[in-house]
Amino acid sequence: MDDAQPFDEKLDQRRRKGLLLGGVFFLATIFGLVVLLTLMVDVVVKGGQWLDWEFLTSFPSRIPENAGIESAIVGSLWMIGLTAVLSVPIGVASAIYLEEYAPRGWFLKLIQININNLAGIPSVIYGILGLALFVRFMALERSLLAGALTMALLILPIIIISAQEALRAVPSGVRESAFALGATRWQVVWSHLLPVSAPSIMTGIILALSRAIGETAPLIMIGALTFIAFLPESIMDQFTVLPIQIFNWTARPQPEFQGLAAAGIIVLMIALLLMNLSAILLRNYFEKYRVR
Amino acid sequence: MRERSAITGPVREEAEAQRDSARESSASAEANREAGSPADLPATESAKVRVEGLDFWYGTNHVLKGISLEVRAHEVTAFIGPSGCGKSTLLRCLNRMNELIPDTRLDGRVLIEGRDIYRNADPVMVRRRIGMVFQKPNPFPKSIYENVLWGALVNGYKGDRDALVERCLRLAALWEEVKDRLDAQAYGLSGGQQQRLCIARTLAVQPEVVLMDEPASALDPIATAKLEETILNLKERYTIVVVTHNMQQAGRISDRTAFFYMGELVEMDDTEQLFTRPNKKRTEDYITGRFG
Repeated sequence: MDDAQPFDEKLDQRRRKGLLLGGVFFLATIFGLVVLLTLMVDVVVKGGQWLDWEFLTSFPSRIPENAGIESAIVGSLWMIGLTAVLSVPIGVASAIYLEEYAPRGWFLKLIQININNLAGIPSVIYGILGLALFVRFMALERSLLAGALTMALLILPIIIISAQEALRAVPSGVRESAFALGATRWQVVWSHLLPVSAPSIMTGIILALSRAIGETAPLIMIGALTFIAFLPESIMDQFTVLPIQIFNWTARPQPEFQGLAAAGIIVLMIALLLMNLSAILLRNYFEKYRVR
Repeated sequence: MRERSAITGPVREEAEAQRDSARESSASAEANREAGSPADLPATESAKVRVEGLDFWYGTNHVLKGISLEVRAHEVTAFIGPSGCGKSTLLRCLNRMNELIPDTRLDGRVLIEGRDIYRNADPVMVRRRIGMVFQKPNPFPKSIYENVLWGALVNGYKGDRDALVERCLRLAALWEEVKDRLDAQAYGLSGGQQQRLCIARTLAVQPEVVLMDEPASALDPIATAKLEETILNLKERYTIVVVTHNMQQAGRISDRTAFFYMGELVEMDDTEQLFTRPNKKRTEDYITGRFG
């Protein structure tokens, strides 16, 4: 070649650019973590002293020293359980229909767009819907059932979308070879697609339920912001949940209640941590079904 | 003049196929070309699979054009041709796997022992009678034993399970290698063993025809040799159609070979004949490596 130097490598410049961008990405990661950590430390400092066994086993009270979070913990557990029972079967079944059964076409696209939209609607709107539909029209009052139905509607799109993605991610080889053996669609779904996609579906479900456990606005809308000093005994009882109890305390002027709210936040965060932990454990359990 | 099949070339667009006039051409084939209609093809008595005037579209992409051919019982038939020639698509039309892909259209007839598999036929039953082995070994994420048995069970197999598993693994020449670890995960097997497991799994539903889509393309030469031996041993019990990129492989294992180009059947003949004295210029160019 005539040209002695057809390449101008600029190696130093390229390296510097790489290092610089690597640093930017690192800072972006650190930023979020630092903010979160600051919040958590702040909460623990404020609420730590209030967090004891008595706090966990007492009902709310006007006197800060006596106030506890038991009814909120139990209410949240009821709420999550009921919401899961209502939304998981419907959500997973919808995803199976949309991914495996529905004929491709404009109708499917329309449904799909709607589901994606529903996932982005502010939760307070679901609260208004719940108030009109469940509390008033179906006359469920401010019951656990009304709250759980509202929450189920709220997280249904999230469950559907994540389950659809999980089913879509199953390698085509599994689907095809099962069909090629003369299996029906349902046999393929039940024996192969669901076991293979189970870890991802469950992760999606747990993330959706984690959202439900932290949601406040829709429950305030349906009138759950009340003083509850008893445990719900049936799905028709009134209830309170952790975020509502926290919200309630933060709204009070006395500094003691701010401490109580912080302690409530710690409890809520531990609950979320446990849910994420269970997601990881479930994922590991189903690991053997992973397609390689 | 030696005995030849009536179907030696594409029925349509004859002009495009360049014929080498120096080569002899059978009178019956000539007559068919003049007749011009696939329905005029005389049925061969030993025809297991008969394709009549098959056209196939992916959306608007016309990928199979007027294919007519016959696959004889207890023979290995090879489909060869350059990438994108339609050979794999045709294979998938033979057990209705093409239907799993949205937005496709098929015209023409596919007959198995004289019965149309597209009209008044259940795709589930069609796929049971006509098994398929795929390009990439794709065992289910289950044990070796369950892999073999699953297809049989979903089709209501009531017989002795252990006996079925052993028989199929023996037919696929895998029994000696896995008999002590039937409960082990199929993923622990080597690629060649996995592919033979896929053959065993296919045989377990007792098909009549076994379709193989480039079954050795992901295997090393030793595993390929073993697989080819297995295929040859199977032909006394089954009718086998193999799509392959490897012309030496087609030469080694097949009795008859069909050469496809641009969605058309260029030529189909006894393998030895096709490889030593092809009728068409394009076939000769391809098998001598001048293109493709």
